[in-house]
Amino acid sequence: MEKVNPTNANGTSLNPEKETVIEARELTKRFGDFIATNAITLDVYRGEIFGFLGANGAGKTTAMRMLCGLSVPTSGTAIIAGYDVYRQRELIKKHIGYMSQKFSLYDDLTVRENIQFFGGIYGLTNAQIKDKSQELIARLGLEKEAARLVGTLPLGWKQKLAFSVAILHDPRIVFLDEPTGGVDPVTRRQFWDLIYTAADNGVTVFVTTHYMDEAEYCNRISIMVDGRIEALDEPQRLKEQFSAESMEEVFYTLARGARRSD
Amino acid sequence: MIELNELTKTYGKEKKVAVDRVSFSVSRGELFGLIGPDGAGKTSIFRILTTLLLPDGGTAAVDGHDIVKDYRAIRNTVGYMPGKFSLYQDLTVRENLNFFATVFGTTIEENYDLIKDIYVQIERFSDRRAGKLSGGMKQKLALCCALIHKPTVLFLDEPTTGVDPVSRREFWDMLKRLKEQAITILVSTPYMDEATRCDRIALIQAGQILAIDTPGNITASYGDTLLAVKASNMHILLKALSAYSGTLNSYAFGEYAHVALRNNQSEALEQWLLDAGIEGLQIRSAQVTVEDVFIKLLGNRATV
Repeated sequence: MEKVNPTNANGTSLNPEKETVIEARELTKRFGDFIATNAITLDVYRGEIFGFLGANGAGKTTAMRMLCGLSVPTSGTAIIAGYDVYRQRELIKKHIGYMSQKFSLYDDLTVRENIQFFGGIYGLTNAQIKDKSQELIARLGLEKEAARLVGTLPLGWKQKLAFSVAILHDPRIVFLDEPTGGVDPVTRRQFWDLIYTAADNGVTVFVTTHYMDEAEYCNRISIMVDGRIEALDEPQRLKEQFSAESMEEVFYTLARGARRSD
Repeated sequence: MIELNELTKTYGKEKKVAVDRVSFSVSRGELFGLIGPDGAGKTSIFRILTTLLLPDGGTAAVDGHDIVKDYRAIRNTVGYMPGKFSLYQDLTVRENLNFFATVFGTTIEENYDLIKDIYVQIERFSDRRAGKLSGGMKQKLALCCALIHKPTVLFLDEPTTGVDPVSRREFWDMLKRLKEQAITILVSTPYMDEATRCDRIALIQAGQILAIDTPGNITASYGDTLLAVKASNMHILLKALSAYSGTLNSYAFGEYAHVALRNNQSEALEQWLLDAGIEGLQIRSAQVTVEDVFIKLLGNRATV
C-alpha cells in the first residue's frame, strides 16, 4: 500500500523543517445541516504533546474520530501518520494508538491477557508480545498483579496500563481522550510522566482534557468553539494573546461566547 | 443538618472497605464539599445518606431523621442528583419536571421561584425529550427536578464530572444562589479547584477522611515551605527537582512545578538547578492550594 509523503500533501506544511504526523486542511464533517467540525486546519509535529481542548459540544469528538480513521470527513483533507483519511483509514488505525475513559482495557481479562490480546490485534509477533509484555509489566511495577483481572485494579493503575498498551506497537501517534478524568492528583501526575516519556521517545501525543493545568504541560494547544478552531499556539503565547493569567482564563474567554453547549 | 458517625460500608466476599468509619457533620445552610478521586467512597456515602444503601457500621442522620429507622421521612425531604443522568430519557423536559413534582405531591408552579433561574436556561427545550438534550442541559434539568419539591437538603454527586471548565463555573454560580435560599447542600467532586467554592470541605481517599475544615484553614495548615519553579522544559525540571537532596516532594502544577523543601533554602535550590543546567529558571513562593494539601496527605499513606 502506498504511503503518502507528508511533504507532497495539498497545502504546504506550516513548518517545513519539522516532520508532521497530522496534517489537516479545512477538515469538515456535516450531519445534514449541522456542521459539527467546521473547516479545521492544523499540523501536529513528531514528538509533540498537543492539547486538543474545547467545551463539550464544540466538536472535539467528531474531529478526533476523523483523525483516528473512524469516520469519513465531508470535505477537506487530512493525513495521519502518513496515511490519507479517505482512502487509507485501516492503515491509519494500524499506526496509531488510542485510549479513552470509556474504552481502554477488558475488565474480565487479566493484565497479561490484555497485553496479549492487544498485541495480537496490533499485529505483533508472539516473540514481540512476550518481550514487550515483560518489559511493560516490569516498568509499571505490576509483577504481582500480572495475573489479576484488570477490573479489580484501582483506576490509577488501569489508566497507566491502558496507556502503555495503547503504545505497545510503537505507534507514531497516540490519541488520548480525557485520560485522567476523576483520577487522584498524584496518579494524574504519574500518568503525565508516562506521557512525557513517550514524547521523549518520539511518540506524538494528541490529548484532550478538561484539566486546565494539564493544558500547560502541552507543547501547543488548540481550542475548539462551535466547530471551529479559535486558537492554536503554545500555552504561554495564548496567555499573552488573551492577557490571561492562566489557561483557564484563556479557555473561559473563548468558550463562554459559544452558542453551542453540551 | 447531616450527621455521620463512624459510617462504614464494605462490599463483596473480601469485605472491601469502601467507607471506613467516616464521621463529619454539615450545618444547616452550609455548602459542604466532599473532595476526592474516583473510588474514594463518595458515591457510597451519598447512597447511604439518601437511604438507597444500608451501612455495615456506624450511624447517620439527615435533618434529625435516622437513615435506617426514618428513611421514609428522608426520602420525602431531600433532593438528589446522582452521578449519572437519572431522569427519564423518553419524557420531555416539562414531563420530567411534572413527574417529579407529582411524585412529591406538589406542582411545578408551587416552587417555581426556586428553580426559575436555572429553568429559564432550558425553557426553550421544554418539549424536547430529555434523552436528546446536551450534557450541560441535562445537568440543569436534573438539578431542577431535584429542587422541585423544595427540599431542605440537596445531595449532588459529582455534578460537574466530565464537564468543561466554563459549564463547571456556571454550575457553581447556580449553587451559590441556591445556598442563599438556605438550602443545605452536600456536593462531591474530584476537582480540587472547586473546593474553594465550599464553606467547608472533607478530603477523602480510599474510604477515609484525610481532613475536614474550611478550605482556608486547610491550606493554611500546610506546614512545609512550598515553592513554585518554572523552567523552559517542565520534564527536565521535574527530573532535576526529584534528584535534589533537599526535596520533600515535587510535582507538576500547571505552568510551574511545586516543590516542598526540607528547609527554607530556596537560594540553595536555585543554585543547584542552575548548576544542573536548567534554563529559563524562575523561582517564587507558591500559593498553597487544596490540591497541594491533598497531594501531601496522600504522600503520608501508601498510594497505589
